[in-house]
Amino acid sequence: MRVSAVFLAGTGIFFGVIGLVYWFTSYEDAGFLMLMGSALLGLLPGSYYLWWSYKMKPQPDDDPHAEVAEGAGAVDSFPGSSIWPFILGMGATFTVLTFVFGLWLAPLAAALILSAAIGVTVESRRGGTV
Amino acid sequence: MAVAAPLALGGCDFFPTYGASRGATQQGHDTFKLYSGMMTTGIVIGGLVGLLILWTLLRYRRRSEEMPRQFHENIPIEVLYTVIPVLIVAGLFVFTVLTENNVDATVPMNATLTASGKPVVDIRVTAFQWGWRFDYTGLNVGVAGETTNGPDNHGPQMVVPVGQKVQITLVSDDVIHGFYVRDFNFSRYALPGVTNVFDLDVLNTGTYSGQCTQICGLYHSEMLFSVRSVSPTAFRLWASAEVRAGHTLVRSGSSTSNNPPLDTHVTPSNAIAPPSLVKGSA
Amino acid sequence: MTTTVEPPELITPEEPDGPDGHAPGTHGGHDEHAHHQGPTGILNWITSTDHKVIGKSYMITSLVLFFIAGIMALVIRVQLADPTSSLVSFQTYNELFTMHGSLMLYLFAGPFAFGGLANYIVPLQVGAPDMAFPRLNALSYWLYLGGSITMLSGFLVAGGAASYGWVAYAPLSNAINSPGAGADLWLMALGLTGFSAIFTGVNLAATIFYLRAPGMTMFRVPIFSWNMLVTGILILIAFPVLFGAVVMLFCDRHFGTHIFTVQGGGVPVLWQHLFWFFGHPEVYILALPYFGMVTDIFPVFSRKPLFGYKGMVFATMSIAALSTGVWAHHMFTTGVVLLPFFSLLSYLIAVPTGIKFFNWIGTMWGGQLSFQTPMLFSIGFLFAFLMGGVTGVLLASPPVDFMTHDTYFVVAHFHQVLIGTSVFAGFAGFYFWYPKMFGRMLRDNLGKWHFWALFVGFWLTFMPQYLVGLYGMPRRVADYLPSNGWTGLNVLSTIGAFVIGASFLFFLVNLWVSWRDPIAAGDNPWDGGGLEWFTSSPPPHHNYTHLPPIRSERPTWDYNHPEHRTIHTGQPVPVPADASDGKETVGAN
Repeated sequence: MRVSAVFLAGTGIFFGVIGLVYWFTSYEDAGFLMLMGSALLGLLPGSYYLWWSYKMKPQPDDDPHAEVAEGAGAVDSFPGSSIWPFILGMGATFTVLTFVFGLWLAPLAAALILSAAIGVTVESRRGGTV
Repeated sequence: MAVAAPLALGGCDFFPTYGASRGATQQGHDTFKLYSGMMTTGIVIGGLVGLLILWTLLRYRRRSEEMPRQFHENIPIEVLYTVIPVLIVAGLFVFTVLTENNVDATVPMNATLTASGKPVVDIRVTAFQWGWRFDYTGLNVGVAGETTNGPDNHGPQMVVPVGQKVQITLVSDDVIHGFYVRDFNFSRYALPGVTNVFDLDVLNTGTYSGQCTQICGLYHSEMLFSVRSVSPTAFRLWASAEVRAGHTLVRSGSSTSNNPPLDTHVTPSNAIAPPSLVKGSA
Repeated sequence: MTTTVEPPELITPEEPDGPDGHAPGTHGGHDEHAHHQGPTGILNWITSTDHKVIGKSYMITSLVLFFIAGIMALVIRVQLADPTSSLVSFQTYNELFTMHGSLMLYLFAGPFAFGGLANYIVPLQVGAPDMAFPRLNALSYWLYLGGSITMLSGFLVAGGAASYGWVAYAPLSNAINSPGAGADLWLMALGLTGFSAIFTGVNLAATIFYLRAPGMTMFRVPIFSWNMLVTGILILIAFPVLFGAVVMLFCDRHFGTHIFTVQGGGVPVLWQHLFWFFGHPEVYILALPYFGMVTDIFPVFSRKPLFGYKGMVFATMSIAALSTGVWAHHMFTTGVVLLPFFSLLSYLIAVPTGIKFFNWIGTMWGGQLSFQTPMLFSIGFLFAFLMGGVTGVLLASPPVDFMTHDTYFVVAHFHQVLIGTSVFAGFAGFYFWYPKMFGRMLRDNLGKWHFWALFVGFWLTFMPQYLVGLYGMPRRVADYLPSNGWTGLNVLSTIGAFVIGASFLFFLVNLWVSWRDPIAAGDNPWDGGGLEWFTSSPPPHHNYTHLPPIRSERPTWDYNHPEHRTIHTGQPVPVPADASDGKETVGAN
């Protein structure tokens, strides 16, 4: 986690510096705000991960002498087949089409999104397909 | 062959000017010098790197199954090819800044004479969908254009004097248009809500074609115009002839509403009437 | 069924390793890996969360969109070959170049790289069982598919598709100047595909940060995955800005706001700031994955390690960092941006790009080069990007930009860099990893025909465009005057475009032949070094049944060629556990 923290925090600091340089050379609002927003993009998660990384033990993927056995145990949980990404994707598509073609599409879009939201949550809790 | 054919078809005049115009204005000429310097640098560096690649490909073709030496770094060379490009780029930047200061230098907006005593001709260029309008604010001359989608229509002509400073004020009535004259090595956007000002010092007499370069709708490709530079005497004669013919400035109508694209002759008598709005509400 | 995945157990081989370097043997006893009773057929595809399936879906979809956009380009080129042509109306022409650019940039080049190849390869390269968030990954694909269909459906509505260029400058893109649903569909499609990209960026960063195999420190991650990490972060920086801009424009169009209209007190040039703050990192989001592909290919076909690994990492990060600060070099001709700031940063991008070039050359230097199809395409990329990159340096100078902006000079420049990356390097990556993905080889002779036709067609198409732009031909014009003298160069360019089109026929035939008459690939047909070449072709469910020790960026090479293993100065040389054959196999659990 140290790696990602340094990456993100470093990105945040970089944008902070560039943003300030840009502001004092151009006084242009839009670019300055976008650069500052990008600084926050790095600093917010980066500082949090940095704080966390001091509480975690070192990971085998950051150890140049690690053996494969050190990674024993559950790596992560990887959800298998799930229909809900498809349903949610279609719901998002119909949501934007509602903006283009009219409110008559809204019930279909809402139904798809709601069922996907419920389905994904139940699926995650149960550890299986609904 | 694929590289030579277009060069041949381009009339073999690639090398003296690398395809660009030498620039019919002082500013365009300065731009041309920067461009040709950068092209020479680019061709030399690109050519050397390209030859290096080719040589590597030929020299190190697989000749045997012998395993090559597994090196993966050479710090001195890596430092060299980091530092040298920085120096090259820094040099290019310096020349760029010097040229750019010349190209974008302008006299104050209401000046009638430059610091060295040259007369200043002010022209307000208005871009609209889909034509150009040239208003000579100090001379009461207005040249209006229309969409050049006919075979014989080459659009409005901006007449300018050689040896004097022309200050263009560029505005747009509707969307973004691009004011571009190839032989001036120059373009600038006509942006709604923004007034762009730039100076041109035309060096030689001649006629130079211009066109809109920023996509602006259906007839973007039909927004042609031209610039004709003449001697100062001929310019004065032209200006008086235009006034006598009634090609004068538009007196009324705001510059932020849509100008009718077919606005041709505007006389003082009908200049009081507001221009008709060809499209719907703004 | 959610599975929690144990790390792969390593089977001690009962017989010496085969020439492809990995132990024969069967799985251990993990029931989840054995007979999956999952859904079948099309339901299997719709519900799949396997990064390999999603990656292949992305690749196929993006290649179809690539061909569609290519057909549009051919129509454009036929129109331009004759100055008096009225093959298509002005309206249709404007729709064609808008949709050609939009499909290529938003729907092909990016998704093929980060949704397609990276999705498939990155988890394999870092030794992960899948991407960090498989369902999010699947959602990315469905948003991409939905967004692509939405954008294309603009052709079906009254008023036609969007016709204001892929950059949609305000005020041309507002409701007065571009009424009609086509523009709205275009904006909505960017919203969908933008989120698709954002979710993929999250997945890439999380996978590379947190799911690396033991021993794979950051400086042992292959450059392709390094580049994908940086691309993922760039996506997170750039795409939300695009989404914001698109929402603002939609509000201007339909909800009575005046963000981009002068009459309401708005600022049209704000659109350009917002768009290009996204747009410039976007073109590096498009380029970096392809740089990564060729960076993984050159060492394999030179039989040497990558030259200057750390320099490459530094260069990638520098390019990404600089790319966020140069957006207004697309706005030099507006007259309202700070020219020196953007000019200097734009010039500086040439430095890390040059470092990459010299490192690629250094990789080949002193090697034993063989020129199979992936290597040919990588070399083609080098030449295309060399010239495209040099003309980019010219454009970093505002006065030179004033004379070339919005002319065919710029069109030629960006096609050189984009085709050099997404097409040449993209095909290099595809030919390179195709055996891993499908377990069979593409024919090398057809691949060579594909390459040479593309190479010849490419230069024939775009060299005349540089010239005709310098002669004054603007871009996005449906016609021009015969008296301009641009006709000959346009004709040459059109011929080249058709040669490019023809080159893809070789590719399609190659795909078909490889399917009908397969040649088995084996695990490691190219003797590659990355971890992905250690597992079977195609990989099993959750990718790895066993892993080699990871002591460099070429773990598979080190395992197969222990006497030539990759040693970096300052690192201790690993001592083989089993001294008798020098190969280190590791017990698990």
